[in-house]
Amino acid sequence: MLKAENLTYIYGQNTPFETKALDGADFSVSAGEFAGLIGHTGSGKSTLIQHLNGLLKPHSGRILLEGRDIWEKGAKMRGVRFAVGLVFQYPEYQLFEETVGKDIAFGPKAMGLSEAETDERVREAMEFTGLGADLAEKSPFDLSGGQKRRVAIAGVIAMRPKVLVLDEPTAGLDPSGRREILTHIQDYRAQTGAAVVLVTHSMEDIARVADTVTVLSRAKPILRGTLDEVFSRREVLTGIGLDVPAVTRVLLRLRALGLDVDAGAYTLEDAVRAVKAVRAC
Amino acid sequence: MDEIIRFEHVSYSYPTEVAAADKDGAASGSSEDRSVTPAPALNGVSLAVRRGETVALLGHNGSGKSTLVKMLNGMLTPDTGTVTVCGMDTGGDPLKIRQQVGLVFQNPDNQIVATVVDEDVAFALENLGVPPAEIRERVDAALRDVGMSEYKSHAPHRLSGGQKQRVAIAGVLAMNPTVLALDEPTAMLDPKGRVEVMETVRRLNAEKGVTVVMVTHHMNEAALFDRVVVMDKGAVALDGSPREVFRRAEELQALGLTVPQTVALAQALGLDAAPLTEEECADAIYHAYKGEPHC
Amino acid sequence: MLKDITLGQYFPGTTLIHRLDPRAKMVLLFAFITALLMANHPLTYGFVLLYLTVTVSVSRIKLSSLFRGLRPMLFIIVFTAVLNIFYTPGEPLVTFWVFKITAEGIERAAFMALRLIMLISATFLLTYTTSPLALSDALARLLSPLGKIRVPVHEFAMMMTIAMRFIPTIIEETDKIMNAQKARGADFETGNLFRRAKALIPLLVPLFVSAFRRADELAVAMECRCYHGGKGRTRMNQPHMAARDVWALTTSVALFAGVTVLGRLGWFLP
Repeated sequence: MLKAENLTYIYGQNTPFETKALDGADFSVSAGEFAGLIGHTGSGKSTLIQHLNGLLKPHSGRILLEGRDIWEKGAKMRGVRFAVGLVFQYPEYQLFEETVGKDIAFGPKAMGLSEAETDERVREAMEFTGLGADLAEKSPFDLSGGQKRRVAIAGVIAMRPKVLVLDEPTAGLDPSGRREILTHIQDYRAQTGAAVVLVTHSMEDIARVADTVTVLSRAKPILRGTLDEVFSRREVLTGIGLDVPAVTRVLLRLRALGLDVDAGAYTLEDAVRAVKAVRAC
Repeated sequence: MDEIIRFEHVSYSYPTEVAAADKDGAASGSSEDRSVTPAPALNGVSLAVRRGETVALLGHNGSGKSTLVKMLNGMLTPDTGTVTVCGMDTGGDPLKIRQQVGLVFQNPDNQIVATVVDEDVAFALENLGVPPAEIRERVDAALRDVGMSEYKSHAPHRLSGGQKQRVAIAGVLAMNPTVLALDEPTAMLDPKGRVEVMETVRRLNAEKGVTVVMVTHHMNEAALFDRVVVMDKGAVALDGSPREVFRRAEELQALGLTVPQTVALAQALGLDAAPLTEEECADAIYHAYKGEPHC
Repeated sequence: MLKDITLGQYFPGTTLIHRLDPRAKMVLLFAFITALLMANHPLTYGFVLLYLTVTVSVSRIKLSSLFRGLRPMLFIIVFTAVLNIFYTPGEPLVTFWVFKITAEGIERAAFMALRLIMLISATFLLTYTTSPLALSDALARLLSPLGKIRVPVHEFAMMMTIAMRFIPTIIEETDKIMNAQKARGADFETGNLFRRAKALIPLLVPLFVSAFRRADELAVAMECRCYHGGKGRTRMNQPHMAARDVWALTTSVALFAGVTVLGRLGWFLP
């Protein structure tokens, strides 16, 4: 679906502040895949995702959307922006319209959709993000923090992107707000078959929702694969200051204590099952 | 008992127009109509904090945590009831009370005033009219206490989130406060920044005996405090040691909160325990299971 | 990108000029400009030019950097020179149609251009060698006597400091919001003027909302740190005039006096 090959990007080229934000980075996501992207601040995550919808142009390497180079001559960049929906960190700060409905309609209108089609998109996006229809006429500035965040996400979902990219969509929310947002994103993927790229610092979130994980460190991916493939390389993760989810750490310790438990469980539910399996056998 | 903070039957409602705009007050999930009937932000809160105690304040958005924190240094004063800090009513001389209670907020960018780190840390002391030589000394000491000495002539906007927040802490620490109150200081930080702030706060408590009240949404941070107070609808819902509070996972869930993963795992396995670390959790499970016959 | 914009074109350094007290530098610039405006003879012009040349070479600011600063002003310089060439009365050298060029005109045009170039260069030299923060601080301190006649100098200085502090933050935020709206298909680059102005709404509204929110939070944070206006305030950094500042000021006074005296006694000169 979306494939980035050998991307290199340098900030502040030819200045004393020159830094390589990406250094030969590969990344890909296929339709219906839920890809987690993890790494420290400054590892290149934000730079990478801004390449995915063409906001940044790589100094070398290319990005293929459904097999076509998005920077090739004659390609429509705005089309790329609509196909690859990017939700920035703290997206609620980009809201600007008088009403929630109008704000969500910004994307569809920019796509040149008809009034009726736009309304339909807005309604659908609000449903996906769990916003009651009665909110459409309210000012986005009167909403709670969590609701604003969902309006902003709806504004991107309304473009029905084939790839939905989110940069830490749960940052700063309380536990119930965090859970809610992740559930809505899962729903969007399940119902539309879109690919999702989730940037997060939380291994627990990754374990809950992602199919694959890419670990970035110092401007390039150092691990990539399924949850099992990545979480079984704990020494690589701890080497860059990350770790497997907390429940997995408990299971590993249980193994060290001599309990023959399967440490390949990353969510609470799986961990409970793994421990119970020891007893049940 | 050496009491530093005392809330007695404190109630407070925001003026109506503010209530609608107040971020924390209006942030609860689906109560869209709360601006129509403003519920009190605090409703008969009584609470006492001892000198040197560390208290984590939990609660979903809109539970009254932030209001409570702003009561600590007299930024807000109760409609009814009294708040006493270090023996002073918070309605008294604001400068005296604010020196006793240093307040740090969520967004580090919006509380740093100056363009150079040490000048920012000096801000409070300059306001208080402290002689320049003494300011210099106290600024250097505060920066040392938060581990930011080497950044003293840096521009704040070039620092990481965790570093900025430590500068903000140094900025109130320079006043030599008895209480350090922090309103979600880690919410906007990455994991590394969160650890930096937590370590700084705990060290200040251990080494300098500063009393700490901190709002957080991260349960694993709350587990590191002496005491956890859970707020709901403007009142104290649960209050006790992390172990006591996290044992009541169902009640917490009903209040829109979670428990640390280790507690959740132990409880899902039917253990009557609230292990706060992974080692504790593994040990508890191991001991519960090793007695059982293996196949 | 917007992030790359550096404020006030400050080139950090450790030369004598960099280390001078910013207040001294401001007084120096003022004295220099006055001397420049009073210069009316090739000899006095020569003194002023020599003074500037020495200062520039001590500061190690590259001439190319200075000329780069001049470029936007080129039009004004040329325009002034041309006006002077054609509109100075005197013996016409060349006459065509309604225009006449006089020897006095050429001389005056050359002096005017030189005067403007020196004036602009000297000003740039100040901003190149002094951080914006030090500049605003120096300005506030120089103006502080005005506080006695109820000019709100402290408030002005505080505003300057906060503005300096938040400009990088707001620039970064502008970048971010712009990208976020571009991600939703916003187009800031094409269309006529009206369309482009309209396209700025999705950028400006969030920017203002955020600026107000920041202002609000900052005000609370300042109050929590015992801010209550300028009354009874002290400062941690009390600048002291060093010997080099006194020397620099002396040279400028000498220049100023020299130019004035030579100007008055102009009839002595050939």
